[in-house]
Amino acid sequence: MAKVRKPAVEGWFTYDGEPALIGTRCQECNTFFFPKETHSCRNPACQGTSFEEVQLSTSGKLWSYTNNCYAPPPPYVAEDPFRPYALAAVELDREKMVVLGQVAHGFSTADLAVGMPMRLVVETLFEDEQTEYLVWKWKPARAGS
Amino acid sequence: MSKQVAILGCGMHPWGKWGRNFVEYGVEAANQALAEAGLEWKDVGLVVGGDTMRNGYPGYVAGSTFAHALGGTGVPVVSTYGACATGAQAINVARAYILGGLCEVALVLGADAAPKGFFAPQGGERAADPDWLRFRLLGATNPVYFGLYARRRMALYGATERDFAQVKVKNSRHGLSNPKARYRKATTVEEVLASAMVSDPLRLLMICATSDGGAALVLSSMEYARRRTTHPVTIAGVSTVTPRYPDNVLDMPAFSTDSAAVVPSAGAPFKDTIARHAYEEAGIGPEDVDVAEVYDLSSALELDWYEHIGLCRHGEAERLLREGVTTIGGRVPVNPSGGLSCFGEAVPAQAIAQVCELAWQLSGKAGERQVAGAKVGVTANQGLFGHGSSVVVQR
Repeated sequence: MAKVRKPAVEGWFTYDGEPALIGTRCQECNTFFFPKETHSCRNPACQGTSFEEVQLSTSGKLWSYTNNCYAPPPPYVAEDPFRPYALAAVELDREKMVVLGQVAHGFSTADLAVGMPMRLVVETLFEDEQTEYLVWKWKPARAGS
Repeated sequence: MSKQVAILGCGMHPWGKWGRNFVEYGVEAANQALAEAGLEWKDVGLVVGGDTMRNGYPGYVAGSTFAHALGGTGVPVVSTYGACATGAQAINVARAYILGGLCEVALVLGADAAPKGFFAPQGGERAADPDWLRFRLLGATNPVYFGLYARRRMALYGATERDFAQVKVKNSRHGLSNPKARYRKATTVEEVLASAMVSDPLRLLMICATSDGGAALVLSSMEYARRRTTHPVTIAGVSTVTPRYPDNVLDMPAFSTDSAAVVPSAGAPFKDTIARHAYEEAGIGPEDVDVAEVYDLSSALELDWYEHIGLCRHGEAERLLREGVTTIGGRVPVNPSGGLSCFGEAVPAQAIAQVCELAWQLSGKAGERQVAGAKVGVTANQGLFGHGSSVVVQR
């Protein structure tokens, strides 16, 4: 029986169809927040307290990248045996915001260069017997799907 | 009006992995600092303790924990926390009490007993805590952030892995004779580049360890100091600034930067503002600095700090390093103590230890690692969740 697919964190991204990060936008000054800000606007020139949910750009430029050659400590659920994986910080054009994520399965730091276009995908972060827990990741845009 | 306070004494328990209670490290550092000041515990009018988050409740109330251990004199206490910037917060509180006339002599101290390996977040399921979530969702350890900065330096400024290794080689030489340092072993570029990759492009020997240690300062009003010494080392500026919106450099433990889509970036990145505030308080500029202690959590980060504290423009740090400007004997030695490279990080003690080193340098007590003729020093670091930390020390 197929496992249930479930986000590893609730309400941070869509995962059916074209995935996207879910942020908020201040209805007073229009600035973006990710993760979602829902209480009071952090722009010191703005008194905004109402926010709309928005899907963020799904592509951007690679700001920088690195990897984990050793398994991170809990609460990270590491593969056993552990395989190194890359992480990427990507600057979204419209939001002018850098968002960190793991790099999609199958890509290493050797495939990356600062400035290259990247796009958002959703992949499995870890799984247990019933459930695949999903997370957003960044993938080199030219790699196709 | 003078905004300075005097440093009467400094003390440090040697850094290491000693396996004892953090309180012991703090008490030893305090007793050394009091001895150097020529004062007794009963002379202290305020204790400011830097908290540790890794040693249970006594660590959250470090001021009272240390005061209790030193003996019940009824002294007022304050406990502070600002992650790696904890020490600067503690120094700043003591300075405010002294300048406000609320006490004459303050003891500032911090100590830690750290676990081995990666720093991990506090336990439990804490989905509202970004520090927990960055580990859960990304496995974004501290070296991941250091690796991002290092890779970006390479892309923007042409830094090389050899430059990062050279910082380690320099600091390991500086720390060789420092009796407080944990690692006292010279290394070579080849050894550093042969060590295991941790977070590309950073290798094991480019990343600082976590350590046990304790550091203490005895501070006083200038009037009090002048009754005891003619030419005290002083604290002339302290910075505990926070980022301005929008902060557009990714910092621990964040998933993202602020958005600069609506409000343009504030100009100088946050880390450039940290030492600048301390310089402004002291009425000096980076051109006046003779010696600096900066936070080399990774050896690549030390190069970032050269620029953030104004020793050179952005993109010029590698040139300073390669020309030997920041080596002892150069124009502005950086991390003559050996830095975190030789110490490892004992979080609440580290920013205090940086000031101890500068005070010893400025009073000619630094032995084989002495920076000749140093009159002005600056420290810099940054704590998790946007804490600036910088102290200007003068003689």
